[in-house]
Amino acid sequence: MDISHDALVAFSKSWGLFYLIGLMIGVLIYTFRPSNRGKFNRAKQSVLDQDDKPWT
Amino acid sequence: MILTLTETERQVALAISVAVALCGLALAAAGNQDTMEIHGWLILAFGGICALVVIREIWGPEPPKSRLESYYDEPIKFGIAASMAWAVVAMFVGVWVAALLAFPDLTFDGAWASFGRLRPVHTSGVIFGFGGNALIATSLHVVQRTSRARLPDQLSAWFVLVGYNLFCILAASGYLLGVTQSKEYAEAEWYADIWLVIVWVTYFILYIRTLARRKEPHIYVANWYFMAFILVVAILHSINNLAVPVSLGHAKSYTIWSGVQDAMVQWWYGHNAVAFFLTAGFLGMLYYYLPIRAQRPIFSYRLSILSFWGITFFYMWAGSHHLHYTALPHWVQTLGMTFSVMLLVPSWASAGNALLTLNGAWHRVRDDATLRFMMVAAVFYGISTFEGSFLAIRPVNSLSHYTDWTVGHVHAGALGWVALITFGSLYTLVPSLWKREGMYSPALVEWHFWLSLAGTLVYIFAMWNSGIIQGLMWRTYTEEGTLAYSFLDSLRAMYPYYIARAFGGLLFLIGAVIGAYNMWMTVRAAPAKAPLESDVPLNAAVAAAGRG
Repeated sequence: MDISHDALVAFSKSWGLFYLIGLMIGVLIYTFRPSNRGKFNRAKQSVLDQDDKPWT
Repeated sequence: MILTLTETERQVALAISVAVALCGLALAAAGNQDTMEIHGWLILAFGGICALVVIREIWGPEPPKSRLESYYDEPIKFGIAASMAWAVVAMFVGVWVAALLAFPDLTFDGAWASFGRLRPVHTSGVIFGFGGNALIATSLHVVQRTSRARLPDQLSAWFVLVGYNLFCILAASGYLLGVTQSKEYAEAEWYADIWLVIVWVTYFILYIRTLARRKEPHIYVANWYFMAFILVVAILHSINNLAVPVSLGHAKSYTIWSGVQDAMVQWWYGHNAVAFFLTAGFLGMLYYYLPIRAQRPIFSYRLSILSFWGITFFYMWAGSHHLHYTALPHWVQTLGMTFSVMLLVPSWASAGNALLTLNGAWHRVRDDATLRFMMVAAVFYGISTFEGSFLAIRPVNSLSHYTDWTVGHVHAGALGWVALITFGSLYTLVPSLWKREGMYSPALVEWHFWLSLAGTLVYIFAMWNSGIIQGLMWRTYTEEGTLAYSFLDSLRAMYPYYIARAFGGLLFLIGAVIGAYNMWMTVRAAPAKAPLESDVPLNAAVAAAGRG
């Protein structure tokens, strides 16, 4: 199959754009989903815990 | 050190050491008369020493089962020591090459000491030796703490760190011998590159296995950055170093890409080495050690996630800004420029997140030089990412490219951001790993901080001046339409700035030496921390003592 330069440019200008927008929407949903709020707050605080042992 | 390995692990370690030594012997035999022969003997000696270290204690007692109730930190200590040793050596070479530009006689008539050979020793030494060891060590510390899980075995981490340092030694010694691929930040030749792939894949698997054992359901954001660093560096390294050696007995190889494709692959690699080696990994450090040291949670966890995805997906496309005004298609240059400008958003989100975390802890920043290291690192991260986006704009690049401005930009990032966040993290990590009350001398940490800051500022101001002067002299035309200045004229104009730059670098080096000394003395001489009181109610403890 012969892929021309123009075809490649058109592909990257369209699908390249769509996949980045898609990715952005996915990331925004993950970040701002209310059900993740508790998880993130725990993660944020948990690094400050003083105990220095693995959990078993 | 060996006694913390299980008996089986010791045997495997011995087998690996012997195998490495035999590979060295094979390289030495195949590379008869070639520079590769010297590397063969070097690898043989390295493997032999490792084998001896293992053999000495191979029949020692098995480590106690209770080891599983604590984190495995022995290899991390080795990584910190290696990191500081490389810092001192490679920054010394850096001052030397800086001085060479002002005083060219400092090669002492040795081919090995020429600028072209010493410079990659400096760049690889600081990036891979100092930065890489610090990244591996801190990543293994952070992943265990945030996963609440011990490393899955004792051997992998040792293999990664010791093997990685073998790569660094091969790289640096090769440059002095004249072994080079002539690719920026990827100068090491094919056999060293293959070895690094083996080491790096082991590192990746070790990290994944530790995460898989995690007791904390959510993976803390610092680990995401470290994972991106490990994964992307593996991809970049493998693709950029696809090369065919002249023969199996020759150090020299030729890259499979040619012409502008080679340039594009190289700068896709080169810029993402900056992005994922010198940024993502160190952001991982920032997101863990800054909250710990400031004793405050990160300002916005959500923002840290958003900037993570921004940084990983934008950086990938920015590399072509290194090739403005070249044979690279115009639209690819524009793509690189656009993504570089967009990168400012997630970069400043990270820098802002770090600084806002400190809001409310400014008194600690004032009193604690370690926290100040991290604060200034975040400021320099903000400054150098702004400068980077700016320099990537094509017309700006026409002035700055090939001048010292680029060198100044790199050092604003490497000294101001990467080195300072590393020192801040290590000053946090060293007392806690060796269970000391604090650093041996807080006054020396202050000295280190001010020397580093002064050195960085002197360095980048010198390079801004010399870079812009160079750029302007190269584009000044006379009325007749000829160039007003010869290249030599511009070189003469650089002389005072080159001296200033070497002086700034010297200040930074002195700081690093003080830091290494202070860490050494902390391990040797600082008072041990009193063990935490047992977590038993007072009455019960008294009763127990009474019964005893």
